[in-house]
Amino acid sequence: MALLEIENIDVFYGDVQAIFDVSLSIEEGQTLAVIGANGAGKSTLLKSIAGLCTPATGEIRFNGERINDVPPHRRVPLGIALTPEGRRIFPSLTLEENLLVGAHTKRSGYWNLSTLYETFPLLADRKSRLGTNASGGEQQAAAIARALMSNPRILLLDEVSLGLAPVVVEQIYAALPAIVEQGTTVLVVEQDVNQAMKVSDRVQCLLDGRTVLEGKPSELSRERIASAFFGI
Amino acid sequence: MQWANAVVQGVILGGLYALLAAGLSLMFGVMRLVNLAHGALAIVAAYLGMVLVNKTGLPPFATLLIVVPVMALVGWVLQRTLLNTALNRQSLAPILVTFGLAVIIQNLLLEIFTADNQSIDVGSLAGASIQITPDIAVGVFPLITFIVGVLVIAGLQLYLAKTTTGRAMRATSDDREAAALMGIDHRNLYALATAIAIGLVGLAGVFLGVRTQFNPTFGDVTLIFAFEAVIIGGLGSLWGTLWGGIILGVAQVVGAQAFPSSGVLLGHIVFLLVLAFRPTGLFPKVVNG
Repeated sequence: MALLEIENIDVFYGDVQAIFDVSLSIEEGQTLAVIGANGAGKSTLLKSIAGLCTPATGEIRFNGERINDVPPHRRVPLGIALTPEGRRIFPSLTLEENLLVGAHTKRSGYWNLSTLYETFPLLADRKSRLGTNASGGEQQAAAIARALMSNPRILLLDEVSLGLAPVVVEQIYAALPAIVEQGTTVLVVEQDVNQAMKVSDRVQCLLDGRTVLEGKPSELSRERIASAFFGI
Repeated sequence: MQWANAVVQGVILGGLYALLAAGLSLMFGVMRLVNLAHGALAIVAAYLGMVLVNKTGLPPFATLLIVVPVMALVGWVLQRTLLNTALNRQSLAPILVTFGLAVIIQNLLLEIFTADNQSIDVGSLAGASIQITPDIAVGVFPLITFIVGVLVIAGLQLYLAKTTTGRAMRATSDDREAAALMGIDHRNLYALATAIAIGLVGLAGVFLGVRTQFNPTFGDVTLIFAFEAVIIGGLGSLWGTLWGGIILGVAQVVGAQAFPSSGVLLGHIVFLLVLAFRPTGLFPKVVNG
């Protein structure tokens, strides 16, 4: 049984439809990358899984249970954690306090302050820095670490690379194997196709809210991806 | 020496204002909610304390053991029912709801207790004072009020800075949606914050009722002084609220020394000057561990 199954969902923002009949499925322990251009509906998809958006039709099942109507704060105890677009670090809290808030649900597991400082060395040095004063890379690392503090079964990563220098993106993605090694299922949303192909077992490409291509990175040619990505 | 005395008395009075303003400051800090029923609720607590003293003969300080939990419960219920709903509407809704609440409370109190002035009797403590210098004497009860005010502010600050729940409150205040992604249910947290805030209003109301005479309309001026203390100190900053209360108290007492009968007016003028030149307050928000 797949850990997360999405079946034919439509998602709207007011009158505007952002997702059309999208389905998706991830086995436990797998890493899936959802790629697509700006406005393809990638973030909306993640928000629907985390509970910040509710699909108008279709079903989202986690561990076999329908979760369409479960509010976001109840999905965290189930083992769903989202690192949101724009990081959303709490600005008036220190980075360490941000991490501690991530442990609010007290789910136990491998991840705690010390294992996370090991995995994200750049956070260890900056833990007493206020969120608002942290650099983009520090904020992104803290946002991922904060999500991991809930020891999720599935980690949803939204646009990790956005607005960061390539060196920093490398640093942050370097932590991904350690996360996957713990058996955590990972769903990454990326505009950076190369990065997405490198880290994932499977890729799903969205265009204007619809799935246009999916498959294993090794089986997809650059041309097919480019045409799916841009719709040409 | 008269002036030094005025400053000392002003500082002490400021402790009462800070005590009255602590709950208002907390509610604004945590959920950006301006509770216009704050003063009215303080007067409810004063009446509650008075009734308990008169009917049961309890010593005034002992009534706190009943008044504070009762008011905290009132706060919790208010938040879970009216205020959480109001906060989900547009930004004017909470202000209108709490304003309406203030009007209803005031009229209910008038209906039950009439408009006569009342006070809570603390016996000999009311007149007791300590001579500090030949020219300066401090009332024992006002001094206790001041100390309680400082302890309340310090305790709240410590609670927000050091406890798990306090941290969750600060996180929710920063970004409610991101807090939900951490598994935090803001409705529970808000109810807890309001319970604490209104419990503290209960504490402040009893102290107010001992210190001065009150009647049902007294909630308005209580709200204004508390509000001025919060604004002078800086919205959302608890230490700022303490300083705001002290500055307001000193302005009023020193003002009355200079222009008898215009003390309160001078307090308002200081408030307006702060609002005009430092609209974020003198001690803008710094809440961290």
